[in-house]
Amino acid sequence: MKIILTRLVVAVVLGAWLGLPAVASEAKSVKLTTTADHSKFKELDKAFSSGPEVTQTCLGCHTEAAGQIHRTKHWKWEYLNPDTKQTLGKKTILNNFCISIASNYASCTSCHVGYGWKDANFDFTSEKNVDCLVCHDTTGNYRKPPGLAGNVVTRDTEFPPGSGKIVKGIDLTQIAQKVGKTSRDTCGACHFYGGGGDAVKHGDLDSSMSAPEKSLDVHMDAVGLDFTCATCHKTSSHDVAGSRYTPTAKDTGGAHIPGKSDNGNPATCVACHGNGPHKKEARLNQHATKIACQTCHIPAFARGGIATKMTWDWSTAGQVDAEGKQITRKDDKGRIVYESRKGDFTLAENVIPEYAWFNGHIEYTLLTDKIEKSDQRIKINKLSGSPTDGKSLIWPLKVFRGSQPYDPVNKTLITPHTAGNDDTGFWKNLAWEKAIPPGMKDSGAPYSGKFEFIKTEMSWPITHMVAPKDKALGCVECHAKGGRLAGIQGVYMPARDANSLVDKAGWGIVLLTLIGVIGHAILRIVSRKH
Amino acid sequence: MTQRVYIFKGFERFWHWSQAGLIIFLMLTGFEIHGTHTLFGFEKAVYLHTNAAWTLVGLWIFAIFWHFTTGEWRHYIPTREKILTMAKYYSSGIFKHEPHPFKPSPVNKHNPLQRLTYLAILTLLSPLIWITGWLYLFYADWPAWGLGKLQLEWIATGHTIGAFLMLAFLISHLYLATTGHKITSQLKAMITGWEEVE
Repeated sequence: MKIILTRLVVAVVLGAWLGLPAVASEAKSVKLTTTADHSKFKELDKAFSSGPEVTQTCLGCHTEAAGQIHRTKHWKWEYLNPDTKQTLGKKTILNNFCISIASNYASCTSCHVGYGWKDANFDFTSEKNVDCLVCHDTTGNYRKPPGLAGNVVTRDTEFPPGSGKIVKGIDLTQIAQKVGKTSRDTCGACHFYGGGGDAVKHGDLDSSMSAPEKSLDVHMDAVGLDFTCATCHKTSSHDVAGSRYTPTAKDTGGAHIPGKSDNGNPATCVACHGNGPHKKEARLNQHATKIACQTCHIPAFARGGIATKMTWDWSTAGQVDAEGKQITRKDDKGRIVYESRKGDFTLAENVIPEYAWFNGHIEYTLLTDKIEKSDQRIKINKLSGSPTDGKSLIWPLKVFRGSQPYDPVNKTLITPHTAGNDDTGFWKNLAWEKAIPPGMKDSGAPYSGKFEFIKTEMSWPITHMVAPKDKALGCVECHAKGGRLAGIQGVYMPARDANSLVDKAGWGIVLLTLIGVIGHAILRIVSRKH
Repeated sequence: MTQRVYIFKGFERFWHWSQAGLIIFLMLTGFEIHGTHTLFGFEKAVYLHTNAAWTLVGLWIFAIFWHFTTGEWRHYIPTREKILTMAKYYSSGIFKHEPHPFKPSPVNKHNPLQRLTYLAILTLLSPLIWITGWLYLFYADWPAWGLGKLQLEWIATGHTIGAFLMLAFLISHLYLATTGHKITSQLKAMITGWEEVE
């Protein structure tokens, strides 16, 4: 027996050894996603000292790429909403996080897909200032430090000057030679950190989505389906599908099929799953005519272990310690809940969304809009929707509430100058009187000289962090009194709703019947004794 | 002098009791779907209610077949005869220990008030429950059936009204079962088929 075994082992080893040269001569088994290996290009085999130098090299072959980028929101930070005719985009809108980019460009534009947008005079026709690498880096080494207007640092540099903090230089040659398709990490480099930090803004996008488990996102599951952002947000000529300004709230177009003429948004659930995805329970497809997929399939957001900001009160900013220094306060979990330069925050994980009828129509409160201070919060973005317009579904939302500067004379919101190593930036000087005028001036908006704080809210439809189907919401989450959809009008939901008149009359009849038979029975018992 | 009469046949008794069990179970699960209690959990209650409803549909197919092939449906033909006598008996005679004015027999099983009540249930209450229940069950198919304008609220409310009436019937039915020759005579008849009459 032993001898046979030994011979077998020898045979296998010998066979494997003899087989090796044959394998080596065959085609590479590596699954390449591209036909070009950029490390073999002579053009990239040199030292680059700035981002635009790399871009110019890219454009030597990819001649139309910059022009394509120039037409996108990623580049322009400007968007004309065809429905509302409002001019939107990061260049124009305000939010209730860091408020506005006006006068804060050098800090904010570290997330611009370009180089050098440091003030309102940036040249949007420049081709060399398009940043190819921020989306196409595959090394994970590419960095656009805040404060440098989207530029990169190729040599170790002290920044801000005199601070003693060193920003490490990056090797652009190595990065350029390894460019590839976009990934969760490249998109996430900005979109995970919106609002000034990991998980701050969206709630359904944070660094836990970089390599998520199946339970966090069934599609992006790093060891499963492994979707990238672009799997759904398919680009066409560098324009990324999907929009926060004109979202597709209700997609009735069915699954996208090659050959079928279709201009629909490819990033919706329906674009792949169709309008009747529930195979076993037809009743759930009926639910889907009223309820967005996301409502049941994203049971909570901020599920990846990183808390998202839920409130931000700018009105308490500016407190300092006894020595006049800026302070931070943390909660018992070590999360920052107060910063002198920003005010008070609350954060939360595993947040149950709020819900509302939503038809994709959003109107923004812009700097040019007059607003009246009242008990009602000012809605930074007003989401339209109703149960009867035929265009709405019930959507999950992150509603972000805050308090931010307001001009009580001109009755407008305010765009303060926050970031910047100068003597007016609020984050350095903690003085609103200094910070507001340059910000408003940069926005081209009048400022009365008076400011207060006004309560605002902003709604973020939740669409990422899709849970596996066994983790989708159970019926009872909504089909109960005081359930998740307690405030939603226009739908009859068994167990939540009942006609109170019918209930009263019904129980009345039942009770009267019971009293009747009991009375009759007592009479019978009494009469028997006599 | 007490006699024994064979009133309820085997299938009839099986039908009665299985229907009774199913209806009580449907009420229990139905009132959970309605939001009255949370015994099983909503999802389970829907599942159980749906399956019990289908079982009852099956039972009814057999029961309808049986009623028509045996001619037993004639027991629900209403009569005006003795209605007042019956009403008088329940409202006064029963307390004076007067004899029951109705003697059941295999050709006339139900007293005139029973005939009327059961007929009303068969022609009014049951259709209300069945039609609303059926629509409720096939909620997803309304648009395909051309019923897109129908509101779930109307259907659910109608179904609930039916449930309340059925519950009121159940209470009175259980009680009236004690008003036979002896307290247990009618119960025994429904179990064994044989009823004691005077």
